[in-house]
Formats: sequence, C-alpha cells, structure tokens
Amino acid sequence: MTRLASGGLLIDLSETRSFTFNGQRYTAQAGDTLASALLANGQKLVGRSFKYHRPRGIMASGAEEPNALVNMGEGARFEPNQRTTTTEVFDGLMARSQNHWPTLDFDIGAINNRLPRFFPAGFYYKTFMKPRWAWKHLFEPVIRQSAGLGAVPTDPDADHYEYFYAYVDILIVGGGMAGIAAALEAGRAGAKVLLMEQTPHLGGRALVDGVEIDGQAAVDWIEAAKAELETMENVTIRTRMMGSGVFDHSYAMGYERLTDHAPETAGPRHRLWRIRAKRILTATGALERPLAFAGNDLPGVMLASAVRDYATLYGVAAGRRIVVVTNNDDAYRTAITLKQAGLEVPLILDARPQASGSLPEQARALGIRVETGKGIATVKGYKTVKAVGICDQADTGTVLETIPCDIVAMSGGWSPVVHLWSHCGGKLDWNADNAMFAPDPTRPPLGDDGLGFVLSAGTASGELHATAALQNAVQAARQAVEETGFAPVPDTPPMATAPTEEPMQPVWSMPAKAPYKLRAKSWLDFQNDVKVSDIRLAAQEGYESVEHTKRYTTIGMATDQGKLSNVNGLAVLADALNAPIPQVGTTTFRPPYTPISLGAIAGEARGKLFKPTRKSPMDAWHDSNGAVWEPVADWRRPYTYLRDDETVQQAVTREILNTRGGVSMLDASTLGKILVKGPDAAKFLDLIYTNMMSSLKPGKCRYGLMCNENGFLFDDGVVARLSEDTFLCHTTSGGSDRVHAWMEEWLQTEWWDFKVYTANLTEQYAQIAVVGPKARKVLEALGGMDVSSDALPFMGFAEGTLAGIKARAFRISFSGELSYEIAVPAAQGQAFWDKIAAAGAEFGIMPYGTEALHVMRAEKGFIMIGDETDGTVIPQDLNLGWAVSKKKTDFIGKRAMERPFLQRDDRKQLVGLLTENPADVLPDGAHAVEGGKNRYGQENMIGHVTSTYFSPTLGHSIAMALIKGGAGRMGEVLTFPCEGKVIRATVVDPVFYDKEGERQNV
Amino acid sequence: MLKLKCPACGVEAEETEFAAGGEAHLKRFGPGSDDRDFTDYLFGRKNPRGVHFERWRHAFGCGKWFHAARCTATLEVFGTYSARTTEPPADIVAAIKARRPGWEGFK
Amino acid sequence: MSEAISVLGGARFTGAIEITEAGLQGMISLRGDLADAALRAAVTSATGADMPDVRRITFGDTGQVAWMSPDELLLLVDYARADAVVADLSAALANKHHMAANVSDARAMFRLHGTGAREVLAKGAPVDLSPQAFGIGDLRRTRIGQLAAAFWMTDAETFEVVCFRSVGEFLFDWLCVAAEEGSLPEFL
Repeated sequence: MTRLASGGLLIDLSETRSFTFNGQRYTAQAGDTLASALLANGQKLVGRSFKYHRPRGIMASGAEEPNALVNMGEGARFEPNQRTTTTEVFDGLMARSQNHWPTLDFDIGAINNRLPRFFPAGFYYKTFMKPRWAWKHLFEPVIRQSAGLGAVPTDPDADHYEYFYAYVDILIVGGGMAGIAAALEAGRAGAKVLLMEQTPHLGGRALVDGVEIDGQAAVDWIEAAKAELETMENVTIRTRMMGSGVFDHSYAMGYERLTDHAPETAGPRHRLWRIRAKRILTATGALERPLAFAGNDLPGVMLASAVRDYATLYGVAAGRRIVVVTNNDDAYRTAITLKQAGLEVPLILDARPQASGSLPEQARALGIRVETGKGIATVKGYKTVKAVGICDQADTGTVLETIPCDIVAMSGGWSPVVHLWSHCGGKLDWNADNAMFAPDPTRPPLGDDGLGFVLSAGTASGELHATAALQNAVQAARQAVEETGFAPVPDTPPMATAPTEEPMQPVWSMPAKAPYKLRAKSWLDFQNDVKVSDIRLAAQEGYESVEHTKRYTTIGMATDQGKLSNVNGLAVLADALNAPIPQVGTTTFRPPYTPISLGAIAGEARGKLFKPTRKSPMDAWHDSNGAVWEPVADWRRPYTYLRDDETVQQAVTREILNTRGGVSMLDASTLGKILVKGPDAAKFLDLIYTNMMSSLKPGKCRYGLMCNENGFLFDDGVVARLSEDTFLCHTTSGGSDRVHAWMEEWLQTEWWDFKVYTANLTEQYAQIAVVGPKARKVLEALGGMDVSSDALPFMGFAEGTLAGIKARAFRISFSGELSYEIAVPAAQGQAFWDKIAAAGAEFGIMPYGTEALHVMRAEKGFIMIGDETDGTVIPQDLNLGWAVSKKKTDFIGKRAMERPFLQRDDRKQLVGLLTENPADVLPDGAHAVEGGKNRYGQENMIGHVTSTYFSPTLGHSIAMALIKGGAGRMGEVLTFPCEGKVIRATVVDPVFYDKEGERQNV
Repeated sequence: MLKLKCPACGVEAEETEFAAGGEAHLKRFGPGSDDRDFTDYLFGRKNPRGVHFERWRHAFGCGKWFHAARCTATLEVFGTYSARTTEPPADIVAAIKARRPGWEGFK
Repeated sequence: MSEAISVLGGARFTGAIEITEAGLQGMISLRGDLADAALRAAVTSATGADMPDVRRITFGDTGQVAWMSPDELLLLVDYARADAVVADLSAALANKHHMAANVSDARAMFRLHGTGAREVLAKGAPVDLSPQAFGIGDLRRTRIGQLAAAFWMTDAETFEVVCFRSVGEFLFDWLCVAAEEGSLPEFL
C-alpha cells in the first residue's frame, strides 16, 4: 500500500471497499476513484495503447485521462472504455484492462512497438492499397480483429435510462470555486440556478492549490458556500453530472450518473438532462498539458497536477521518488506537496532559464534541487519509470546526468476547458502569455435573440491565477444575473489569494532541438499513439489544415478527444509549418465533452418503449387468435391468423377462399377517417381530390384520389357525403395523419378564406369489413338495419344500429366481393367484432388479415398506395384517368399534369402480368428487360413488378407492373431476369377476376 | 436546437414540437400559369444566407401553421407571425431592420 | 353501452406517483369562432364551465372545457352524455359555421396523482413544469416522449393526460417506467 499518513480529503479511512482488477482482489477506501485505488495498491501498469500496445499507466486524475481505461463489470452490466479516474470504487467493482493478449504484462500485440516504421502517420491510407484482393481477404479481417480498445458488450444492458427536461435562468457548469461563487451571486439575486459538477464533490482545483478565500482555507469556504446554497430554494446543486454539450438557442445537456457508484440502487442508471437556460456559465476550469519528451508515455509519467491530486485528495503516493519537470510555477506546488508529505523529490527540472517566483523559492527552501533551463532527454524503464536522463532544454538531448526515480510529474502549462464555450460557435483567442486558447468574450455563441448566451467564468476564461479567476467568475455571474432580468445583490465579492506566479514559457518539444530519434518517442496523443514525429511527417507530406492533420494522424480522435493532445499537437504542426499557432487554429470541439452512455442517449426508448405501436381496438383479440403481425405505418395489423399447424401461406389461402366462397371479416379500423365540414367543404374537396366531390349526393360514396402539386398520386380512399356540408374522407392506413395535416395546411396557409373545419376521427371508430357472398346474411342475422341492395346499394351507406350498437355501414369493396364496412364507436369495437363472429358462425365466418386483403385486391386490379405508387406516378399511369376530372378548373396537381412529360404515352403504365409457368411467382420489384445495353453497359430496363402474388382464387400467379408504354403492349411477352432464372410473362389487363364487377354489386 | 414561439397559442417551445414547412410566402400558380412561374412555384427557393422567411407548423401543439423570420447564419429569430399573410408584416420588417440594417428587404 | 370499454379498462399503477387510466370519458371536439356569444353560451350550457383563456382549462358542474387552439375546444363530459351534447351543440349552432364531433372513443385518458407528477411528465415533455410556470387550470399540448399528448392540472398534485387511443397502452407503459419508485429527480 502506498497510502500517505497525511492527505486524503475525499476518502474515508474508516470504510473500505473491495474490488478486483484483472481478477486480483484489492482494497480501497470509501471515496476512492478506481485510479486512486489502483495507485494506492501499487498498480502502475493499467492498459495498453491502441496502435503499438505500449504499456500504459494512469496519467491524469479526471475526465482528461487518456490511458487508464478499463472494461467494467460483466454480463448485462459490462461496459468497455471506462475511465478509472472518473470511476468511483464500490464494493464488488470488477475491472479488466484492455487491448492486450493474452495478458496485460505479456502482450503479443506489443510486437507492433518493434515495428513503428510500419505504422507512421496515415499508415492506414498508405498500407492497404495493394493488391486489391488483399483488402477483403487479408487486411480487413486482421484490422477488424485488432480494432477498438475495449470489448463489445454481448448482453442487453440490465439498466435503464431516462431524460429530464429542465428550465432555468442560469446554468452553471462546474462546481469549483468559480462555479460556486457564481451560484452564490446568481442565487442571492433570485435567479433560478442549476449548478452541475461532474465529480462527486465540489471544490475543483481550489482544494489542492493552497488557495485561500476571504481568509479561509478554500475547503472551508466551499463548505460554507455550499451550506448557504443549499438553503436557497432557487438553487439546485447536482454532483456526478457533467455538462456534456451546449447547443443552439441556449440548450444544454447534462449527463447525470446516478448509480454508477452504487449499481444495486433502484432507479435509472443515467439521466440525460435537457436544459434550456437563459444564460450558461462555463466554470469548467482548465486542464494541464503534458510535455513532449522521449518516453513521456511510460507508466509513471504523470501530470504534475494529478500527482498532487492523488496525494492531497486521496492520500495516495503515486511513487516514492518523484522528479518534477515543468515550464511554469504551478508544478512546484506538486513538488512542495509531495516533499511535505514525506516523499522524495530529488529534482525539479524547469525548462525556463530562471525560476524565481515564490513557489520555486519555497521549493528551494524545502531543500529541493531546482535545475533551470533543463529538461528530460530520455526516460528509462519499460513497464515503469526507472530513471530520467536530463539535458539542456536548448540542446539536442545530450544526457548530462541520470536521476533514478519512479514517477515523473510533468507540466506543460494549462489550457482552459473551452469545449462548452465552443460547441455552439463561441470563438477563441490565442493567449500568447500562457500559450493557450481562451474564450473571446466579444464573440460568444448567439441565442435566438442574437445575443450571447454563454459566459465563461473563472479559470475557464483563461484567468489562471486564483485571485483573477474568482473575480472573473463573480463578474460573469453578475452579467448573467442582469441579462436574465435580475438585479445583482450589492455584496462584497469573495476574494481569493494564492502565491503569485511568474510567467510560463511554451515548450512544445523537449529538448528544443530533439532529433528524430527522440521525436519518435515523444508522445502527443497517448491513447491513439501519435507522436511528434507523426505530426511533422504529416506537415512534410503537405498537410496544412489542422482538421486534415487530425484525421490523417488520428491525433485527438480517441475517446479522450484530444483533451491533452490538442494544443501540443497543433503547436507542433504550427512549428513544422513555420506558421503562428492561432493561424493554424484548433480542431472543432463537439459534444459530448466526454463519452456518454448509449443508454442515456436512447433514454426510455428501449424494449417495448422503443417506438410507439398503434393498436386497433381489437388488437388483444387478434393477438390471442393466432395473428401473425405486420407493421403498417405505425400500426400493427394481422397479416394472417394461423390455425393449428398451418403455414402462413396455407392460412392466407384459406382466408381468401373462405372470403370468395362464403364470408370473412377484416379489422379495417386503421383506415383514416377525416371529417370535413362547412359551407365550403365541397368546394375544398374538389381542390383536394382529382375527381369531382361536389357532385356526390348525400348518402353516397365515391372513390377519390389525391395528388400533390407535382401531380403525383399520394393517397386514395372512399369519400362519403354525410350531409350537404359534411364529408367523411377515408384515407389509407398509413396516410391518415398525413392527409389530415395536408388538408389543414391548405386551409390554413392558402385558402384561409374557406369556411371548412376538419377533424381526424380515425380512432373514434372501429371499422370492420364483412366480406363475401354471404355477407348480407351475416348482417341480417345481426339485425337492426335494412341492408338489402335496395336500401343499401353498392357505394351507398346507411346509419342505424346493428346488433344494438350504433353503426354506420358503407357498401364499399376492396376485394370485389359483396362487402360492408361497418364503423362503430371504438369502445364497442370488440363487442361488435364478437357479435359478428357469433352471428357469422353458421355461415362459416372467419377473420382474414392484410395479406388476403392484398391478394384479393390485386386479383381485382385495385392499386395500393406505396405498391403501385412511388411518388413519381400520376393517376393516368394507373389507368385511373377516369378519376381525374376534366371539368374542374383547378385541383391540386392539375397544373402539373399539363406538363408535357406527364402526357407522354411512353410513360410507365400499369399492366397485369401472367407468367408462362402459372406456378412461377415473379419477385417483387423484378425488372423487365427488352434487350440491348444502356450506356453504362447495363441491360435496358423497361419497368418493374409492383405487386405479385399467387392467386388461390384463379389457381395461378398474378402480378401488376409499371411498364414503359404498357398500355400499348397487351399480349406482349416480357422477360424478367431473376436470381437464378429468367421468368417470362405476358402483358394482360390488370383486372384478373370478375372484370364486370358483378360480385360486388349484388 | 431551435426554440420558436407559436403565435397561435403563445407557447415558446423547442423545435421538436414543430414541423418545418420550407420557404414562406410562395405564390401558388395553378392551371393556365406559364411554365416559368409554375417551375418557380414548385422548385424555385431562395435559400439565402441571412434573413429568411419560413413556414412552421406547431405539429405537437395547437396544430397551427405560422411563419418565422429567421437568420439562417446565426439562427437569430426576428419574430413569428400568422401564416395568413402574403408578405411579412410591418412589425416583423421593422424588427429585422433593427437587427440587420443592411438587409435589402423582402423580395 | 355496457359493452363499451376504455383502452385499458381502468388500469392502475402505483410507484413514485399513482397512475390511473381514467376509463370511459366523454370528449367533444368543438371547432368554431370562440368569440361567438352563441358558441360560448352553448359551451357553458353543456358543461357549466366558463370559456377558458388561451391554454387553460375550466371546470364546471357537468364538464370541463379545454382550450386546444384558436378555433378549437375540447369539452369533457360524462361518456354517456357525449352524443347528446354533440346534438345540443349542433342545434344551438345550427346557423353558425362550426364542427362538433364526438371523439370520446378516439382518446385515452390518464390521471397522474402525487407530488412527483410534474417530474414524471417532465421526463418526456419538453415543457417547463415547475410550479412557477405551470399551475392548476393550465393546459399544454405537446409531446410525451414520442407521442402527441395534452395535459392539464386539476389540483396541486393531479394531472390529466390525453393521447390517442391506439397508443394509450404505450403511454401507460411509458408513464409506469417514468414513475418508477426512486426515480424522481427531485428538481421541480
């Protein structure tokens, strides 16, 4: 154990936790992260890098960690690529290291490390080009085998997830001293505030940086501030919640991890907050940058701030003998902290020519050796740091002295976390003093009012010193308070004090004149294995854009999205291109800030809540009577009803023959039913439909077609005129919402002077079709309504009661048989269905599904929207010219039909097809060819099959097709090359059965 | 994600409650119109960078269509107004000019 | 009429809040000129409720009146009365351009009761449901998850929610998941 005697602000030494790593059992303290617990147990090697399988250890202490990713859990709770630094240890936690085989210590893949010249920048693009066959048979299988870091989960996720919509005045992201101070300002002013912090605790870096606020230690001030905030009704603090993204019009997402630290707790695992805030404050702090020296990826080379965090927050010594290497004063805090904790700090290497600030002086006073103008030439060791070779920073890397150590704590300066500022278009300025990009407050992301809606606060603004950072945060909060319509409370703002710091000095390469041999071992992107040499090679090969270089070298493309590598990488690129850094610019920051679970993105929409399924009032009956379901738009409808050990085909055949020969019943409730009422209803429907509806007599039905302004057919159905000013328009099952919206669109946006109201009554009614020669007998048995051909003729309807239920019966037919479609209130649909089934029993009634419906309509040559239409078909193509009025001066689509190309007689037109072999059923969509090749060397195609079935009624196959100039091809034999064979079919009239329509009109 | 205020029911709601309906203030050309006018009506769209007028429907809300004046570059919304109009009303035009003095005006 | 059944037959769920399928509920969609005195009188006569303001619902002795859009109301009355109310409205407005349609069977209705009801809905509706923004008598048409829905508050802890009948089962399932014990954010 490497637990220190002092420190450990966040851990509870009285409570232990037990976890396993690679099967080995370890003990942690309550409050530990997995990373701090592994370090406390001396486990430095935790994974392997992506490309070279280099040994990798923990580098950071937070969300920016590139290396220490693990496979977590097992079975239905397995998840790869979990950052140990943001994972809280709980009892029973199971973690496994990634990207190695067979073991972490002995990894065959590390052979890649011996062959780095085969894996330069852009190696994927350069390597897998030739020979061509090798891609499919050699390269791709091998790449697939080795791609990815963690393993893919195999079981369905045991947890569930949800969204939550929240509306606040001011959203504050980040619970460090800046966020807390801002929350105090905004909260006291009365604004509704949500403060979110990604870690389990508040305080940020103030806890470890020796900051004092208003004369108190930061930790005490934060406790007091938190207590005050908790008394405010208008302020909410959420920890374990990351500000994951900022989007247009002041929309933000928060990723709340509810049970990751306690997996057996009830409730959702993650909650994705969808927040609309009037103003967003990004108090997101800053991240420390690594230094690029040879061997900087070895386990044991860590960020200086992380080494300090582990000591102060978790009481963990990452090592016993720590060399600090830096280009700034802040890293001296680490040296001081460690020295005071009783660890050995043999040396601070400062790349700057001198270090005379108060922190360096304090370090010297503690007896720590400080070497200025020096850097690291090499790191010795393989799986862990053994020593460093030091050199002059200005030189080429000649080793002056070798210092044994087990940890290198490095600091290359700090970069404000500008992700959230930038997600929605906030612009950045290059700050040369600190060699960093920081938000430009004059160019914030703009909201719907054209004003900036994001303000950066604290260190995230680029104010790296505590005093200025806190002042900045208060200022930002006051601005947000005013901009959201509140008055700032005139109080004395909190004052932070911390030792002054001397300027840092940018160091993009250590030593400055590092030769190739060193550059090729100087890592920039630790997860994706991108080194200084790779960026320089890319520049040499002509890559000038940082976005292109990113993709070519894969820098910043790993799961950490370049949090540590971004600035270092583009500085190296700028240097190689001899261009100033701001001119090279940054890559685009995109949400989420760190990876979020797919479950959180899906929210509740999993399993049976994945997508709404619309169900008819008789759905439960169908389900328990053998229904084989078919999705029809958002509905589910019975395709057929299976009996005993029938096949689906046998069931469909039975249903068809029973309908044609006796009587069957169909649940037609899904058909759209739009009520159209008003003095101008007839005039309106004359414009909506291609045919004349104003001439329809009350009590009668008429089949109608709807086209769009392009003249293309998009819906059809039977219109019933209920009274002089009221029509009921039936639509396709999938079209009811669309048609209703279509009618409202025209009424609201074009003909708003028309006196017409519409209502979508689709779901008010259960509609049941009773179909077949014996249909009338069944209705007579139900009783209550005269259903004779005189009282209720074909294309008429009648209202009354049937079997005691209020009903409207339509004499319409989609099968060509005697047919009644009866609408009853949906709540009585099941009762009515049962009554029909009972009354029809003596006539052999049975339900039929959508497939029998389809076959029977095809036998009659009736078109189906979506089969015979595809958005490019006009009614005339389908022999439906009779339903396109020539008398009307206008209807939607009429002008378009005047276009010459819609009047050509070689358009694809609907025909019937009879195959030479009656048993051959053409495949759906099969193309007819007419010999010869087109200019692409393909067969000349003249059309395709739109509907195709075996007709049990006729005993042979039938098909409909859209064929070029089809009307003029009757009797012609067409050729359909199908998989494995050629089917020949004769062009015939598409009405295959009962051409005169005698059966339906009895 | 955008937020818009539906002028019909007064709700300020997020984009997911609305359905976009393309460019506003198109003039319908019907039977007898010449080919050029009809082509423009069907296919001619302005697609400007900057001030633009759009049709939206409060699809999950009150169901009403309305118009929005919006900047396609910054996503600033200058205002929403009734769909029962053939050109932007004066107050919307004034709101746009206040924010975009260089705007050349509708049409 | 005894054979009439609501979509879930009065199903109930108790978790963080109580959810009840409201059973058969008379609903009439009335479209017309909402400023018209005859229409207002007919509505009040049918429900005992005053004309609601924009996005409000009013409560009367014999029904409720919900503002649905600038030219549309939803009247809630006893299920058995719905056809008669449609007939009365049609008679009263015979010479006015209007539409009155019985939509009782086209809808499912749920009652959400409990202090957490706001938060259950806020998991799916992109609406500010804080007490400052949404109170008794307020009504909102929006979406809940993927479904179109309308809801309003009848008292400080009760919402009524309506959606289309065909997706009533889906909404009930959704609400039950959202109302799982221990799952409320406790933010509102």
